[in-house]
Amino acid sequence: MTVQKPFIQIENVSRVFDGNNGVHDLSIDIPRGSFVVLLGPSGCGKSTTLRLIAGLETADQGRILIDDQDVTAVPPSKRGLSMVFQSYALFPHLSVAENIVFGLKVRKCDKVEMAKRLANALDVTGLEGLENRKPSELSGGQRQRVALARAIVAGHPLCLMDEPLSNLDAKLRHSVRKDIRDLQQRLGITVVYVTHDQTEAMSMADIVILMKDGRIEQAGSPADLYLKPATSFAAGFVGSPPMGLLPATILAPKLLPIGARAENLIIGIRPEDLKLQTKAPRHADNIPAQVVSTEFLGPETFVYLAIDGTDGATARLPGRVHLSPGTQVSLSWAGAAAHWFDRERGHRLSAAMPDDATQTHSVFLHNDPAIPTL
Amino acid sequence: MTRLPENNRPQNNLITLQKRRQALYGWMLMAPALALLSLFAFYPTIATFFSSLFSRGTTRHPSVFAGFENYGDLFADPTFWTVASNNLIYAGVTIPVSIIFALIMALWANAHIPARSFIRSAYFTPTILPMIAAANLWLFFYTPDLGIIDRITGFFGAEPTNWLGQPETALAAVIIVTIWKEAGFFMIFYLAALQTIPPDLREAARIEGAGRWTYTRRVLLPLLMPTTIFVFVNALINSVKLIDHLFILTKGGPNNASKLILYWIWEMAFAYFDRPHAAAMTMMVLLVLGIVAIAQFRLVEKRTHYR
Repeated sequence: MTVQKPFIQIENVSRVFDGNNGVHDLSIDIPRGSFVVLLGPSGCGKSTTLRLIAGLETADQGRILIDDQDVTAVPPSKRGLSMVFQSYALFPHLSVAENIVFGLKVRKCDKVEMAKRLANALDVTGLEGLENRKPSELSGGQRQRVALARAIVAGHPLCLMDEPLSNLDAKLRHSVRKDIRDLQQRLGITVVYVTHDQTEAMSMADIVILMKDGRIEQAGSPADLYLKPATSFAAGFVGSPPMGLLPATILAPKLLPIGARAENLIIGIRPEDLKLQTKAPRHADNIPAQVVSTEFLGPETFVYLAIDGTDGATARLPGRVHLSPGTQVSLSWAGAAAHWFDRERGHRLSAAMPDDATQTHSVFLHNDPAIPTL
Repeated sequence: MTRLPENNRPQNNLITLQKRRQALYGWMLMAPALALLSLFAFYPTIATFFSSLFSRGTTRHPSVFAGFENYGDLFADPTFWTVASNNLIYAGVTIPVSIIFALIMALWANAHIPARSFIRSAYFTPTILPMIAAANLWLFFYTPDLGIIDRITGFFGAEPTNWLGQPETALAAVIIVTIWKEAGFFMIFYLAALQTIPPDLREAARIEGAGRWTYTRRVLLPLLMPTTIFVFVNALINSVKLIDHLFILTKGGPNNASKLILYWIWEMAFAYFDRPHAAAMTMMVLLVLGIVAIAQFRLVEKRTHYR
C-alpha cells in the first residue's frame, strides 16, 4: 500500500431507493490484493455497495473505477469479477462441473483450457469426485465450495462475496473462514466481502469498512476498529460482548477529561477492561453496579451488570466466576482503557486526562481473591 | 390356528397373519379410489368396448355380435380421415402455439413493468369465461362485413370474408379461438413457476457473462421443464376434449372442414343415434391417448430430474 493506485476506487457514489436504504456520497479506495470486509447492521448499505461494484445496481451519481477503468456504466460481465451469493445461486439443473464452467462456456472458452481450469478449481476447493452431482445432492458446505469454485475458475482478479457463510453452521463457518482467507492469499486476488458478523470481519479482513445508514462509520484495520473506535456506534458494534457505553454523568468529576462537560460525554469501556470488586469500600472513583446474570463460557465468564441511569454494561472475566444475581459490585478500570465519545454526534474525543485521573485501584484489586482479572 | 402341525413353528403363522392384515389394510386404503374409478372409468370403458362389437339394433333387427365390423366401417368412411386429420392439425397447431404464447406472456408479465397486475389479469380473463360465452364473442368478431376482423381488414381495402363459413378458413378460425382461450390459462402456470426461480440465479448468470437469451435458454427453460410438461399434457387433453366452441361457431362444417373427433363422436351417438360406431371411435381415441400417455410418462421420467 505505497503510492500504488488503488484497485477499486469508489468516488462519491450515491444510490438511493424508495425506502431510504441505499448509500449516500460513498468514497472508498480498495488496494490491490487486499481482503476488504464491508461490515454493518442490516440495511446499512453494505450489500448495495457490493452490488454497485458488481454492476448489479447502477449508481445514481458518482464514479466507480476498477483497475483504473471507469466501469460506472459497464455491465457486470465486462468488469472482470466474480461473485459468491449468500444463497450460492447454483443452477439446480446443472451438475457441479457444469455449474463451475457455466461462465467459461458462455464466454466460449477453449475446451482443453476449460477442462484444465475445471480440474484446478475442483482441486483447490476439494470437490474432486463430486463433479457429476446436482446441487440438491450436496451438503451446505459442499454447495458453498461449488460457489467458491465457480468464482475462482475464471481467474478474475476481483471476487465479491455477499455473506457467503451465513447459511453454514457455526463450526463449519469457522473452518471455511480460514479456507477463504487462505484461498485469497494463495491466488493473490482482491476480495470484497460483505457480512454483518463482526467476528468474521475481525478474523478475515485486512481492512474493515464499517457502515451505518448508507455511510462509512469507520474504515481501518481490525485492530484500529477495536482499539480506537472512531464513533460510539463503531465501539458498540465491534467486539463481543460489546463495549459498555455509559453517560459520563455517573462518573466522579475528577475522572472526566480536562475541560469537558459530563453531559456531553459518553464513556466506553471494553468488557475485558472492567474490574469488579465485591468487598471494596465505596470509593468515589468507582461505579456501583448490580450483577444481573452471569454466563460461563469455559475460559471466561461474562457478567451482565445493571448500572443506575444507564443501559448497563458487560464485564469479561477469566475462568469461572461465582457471582449470584443481585450482588452489589463496584466497577473500575485503568484510565487509558476509557474511550470518550461525543454524546450528540457520537464521534471519538481524544481526551486530555487530568494527571490524577489514572485510577490507582491496584491496592484493593488484589484484595479480592474471588474475582480474578484478565 | 387350532390345526397346527406339530413341527410347524407358530412364528411362521404369526408372520402370515401379519402379512394378511397388511394386505387388508392396503385394500381398505385403495377402496374409495378403486370404487370411484371402477364406476366412472373402468366400467364405462369395458361397456363401451362391448357395445362397439355389436351391430346397431333396431326394433326389426336386434343388435348382433359383429366383431370388428364397426371399426372397419369407420376406416372405410372418408369422414373418418377428414376428422382425424383435422384433429391432428388442430392439436399440432394449438399445443405448441398456445404453449409458446403462454411462455412469452408469462416472461412479459413477470418482468418489472408498469401495470403488471393489470396485464396479468388481462391475459387471464379468457380463462374465466366459459368456452360457450367465448365462442359467442368470437362469433361476433368473425361475422362477415360487420365483425371486428372484417372491419379491420376492410379498412385496408380487403373484401369481406366469411371466416367460419368457408372450408379454407373454418378450421383456422376455430384454432385461433382455442389458442386465445388456452394461452392465458397456461400462462398462470408459467408465471407461478417463474416466481419460484430465485432472482439470484439471473444475477449470477449476468455476472458470468450470460445475456438475456443465454440465460433463458440455459437456465430458465430447463428450470421450467416440469411446468412445460404439465402444460403440454393439459394442452394435449384439451385438443381432444375441448369442442364446446364448435357447437357455436361451425358445428363442424362447412363440409366437415372444422369437425373434430369428439364432436363427430357426439354427432354419431346423439344426433344419428349410431351408438356402436360412436363406441368404436371412442375406443380408438382411448387407445391412442393411452399410448401417448405411456410415451409421455417415459419421457417425463427421463427428462425432468430436478430438485
